[in-house]
Amino acid sequence: MLSINNLSASIDGKPMLSGLSLELPAGEVHAIMGPNGAGKSTLSYVLTGRDGYEVTGGSATLDGADLLALTPSERAARGVFLSFQYPIEIPGVPAMTFLRTALNAQHKARGEPEVAAPAFLKLIRERAAALKIDPEMLRRALNVGFSGGEKKRMEILQMAVLAPRLAILDETDSGLDIDALRIVAEGVNAMRAPDRAMLVITHYQRLLDHIRPDRVHVLAAGRIVASGGPELAHELEREGYDKYAVEPA
Amino acid sequence: MSLAKAIETGDLAELPSRRDEDWHWTDLRGLIRELPAPSAALEAAPAPGPFDHLADQRVVIANGRRTTQVFMGGTAGVLALRFIGAGAGAHAATPRIDVGAGHMTILETYEGQGAYLSEIDFSIDVGEGGVLQRIVLCDEPEDAVSVSRCEVRLAPGARFTQTVVASGARRQRIETRVDHRGGGASARLDGIYLLAGRRHADITTVVTHAAPGGSTEQLTKGVAQDQARGVFQGRIVVAEGADQTDARMGHHALILSERAEVDAKPELEIFADDVACAHGNTVGALDEEALFYAGQRGIPEAEARAMLTEAFVGEVVDRIDHEGAREVVRAWVAERLGASA
Repeated sequence: MLSINNLSASIDGKPMLSGLSLELPAGEVHAIMGPNGAGKSTLSYVLTGRDGYEVTGGSATLDGADLLALTPSERAARGVFLSFQYPIEIPGVPAMTFLRTALNAQHKARGEPEVAAPAFLKLIRERAAALKIDPEMLRRALNVGFSGGEKKRMEILQMAVLAPRLAILDETDSGLDIDALRIVAEGVNAMRAPDRAMLVITHYQRLLDHIRPDRVHVLAAGRIVASGGPELAHELEREGYDKYAVEPA
Repeated sequence: MSLAKAIETGDLAELPSRRDEDWHWTDLRGLIRELPAPSAALEAAPAPGPFDHLADQRVVIANGRRTTQVFMGGTAGVLALRFIGAGAGAHAATPRIDVGAGHMTILETYEGQGAYLSEIDFSIDVGEGGVLQRIVLCDEPEDAVSVSRCEVRLAPGARFTQTVVASGARRQRIETRVDHRGGGASARLDGIYLLAGRRHADITTVVTHAAPGGSTEQLTKGVAQDQARGVFQGRIVVAEGADQTDARMGHHALILSERAEVDAKPELEIFADDVACAHGNTVGALDEEALFYAGQRGIPEAEARAMLTEAFVGEVVDRIDHEGAREVVRAWVAERLGASA
């Protein structure tokens, strides 16, 4: 599914990723943990194609297709989804309108028929109810005036409606209280599927109590420095990231 | 000094120029080197206008130079008022409406074809307790020079709302002067301009509070791309003794290309005590983070730009009270932004 090979990237000439390699097979959930500044968010932005991140070497492919050659919307249409650490406010565009526009744009890019309004309404209402999102919120401008927890739940709702191949969850637990964390984690777990892969980026282990990863990778100074099973997350929680504090490459 | 006066006298020196403070950004004397012949009368009946289906009464003033049109109001009703220009001549008209104590909606359009010069000097009285809603859709050819000036006098307790929607022309100026003569009147003056190519639109308002307890609320939003130029001038004057005046003005513009330009001059001149007045003005680009976010969700960049721009001006569209007119304006805005995306 996702194959990252020796990927290097920089911002304003400053190296942020330095030869990162990772294999994420379909059906698996992998966690990426690491100290602040290790390059966790950079990885999510490089994979989704944000401006300002310059790829200086290596490759990233999804099902064999070169992701790095595609625009952000083309990547999305191929099934790449990022749950943002800080979701962006979209004034004047109701959440419902935004999500329907996104879904139909993806369908159009893939040559699939548009989703008609009634079918879309049914889909979004079901998914929203599962995440305990008030339907009234879907009529409000996306993320405008939403609390931190509401924004994160809205990210997971978008993931549930768009049904991506590859979901990248960037610090999805930040800003959530324990109840919201459980709702969000249940939403994510409900999305686990044999043809879907997830990359869960987090600083803390607590999210991984709720979303059990198949593999845990430690990202430090722009590359993967250790990989292991779920027990690695507990070890990091106990011992911290000190032993991985390597000099930047 | 005005375009109408120049057309009447044939004297170019009557044209307002950059040396006139109110016309600094819409310099007609520097633009017009020669005054064309008077516009010919139009014989053919025009195709239906955008608001005709919403109106009880339809009036067309086509190439109407120096004709004084008088309509008496005083009753409830919806008037579709169309100013149509055609050809490369010059013309002016001076319509007048007395709303009295009635409830009236004017759905006004500026339309046409060709490189005409036009000035409409409109005069409106709203009587004690009268209510006027005015929607002005300016959808003119790119070669035209068009000036619309409207003086609105508000008696005590009168209510006036206005939304100007403009796509510019070679030069297009929509000027509204509101005089709060009586106390306790309210005015809302909104505007939208969507400019592409080399078009120029100038939305100018002058609101004078001469009596106490009046309120004015203004929100104008504009979008300029290519080499277009948008001008917003908003002046609110609160005269001595016009206490308890509440006046707010906002102008916000998006500039979507490097060569587009927006000039804004909000002014508050306050000579009374105990008033609440505020203004806000911003000019910027589309939010790159929002564009990336929309792109990440699968919305291609051109579509995302159109969506965010439409949402930006949608706030002003939503404020139009007349539902039918609101939807005509919404569709007009969407078509224009979709076509340019």
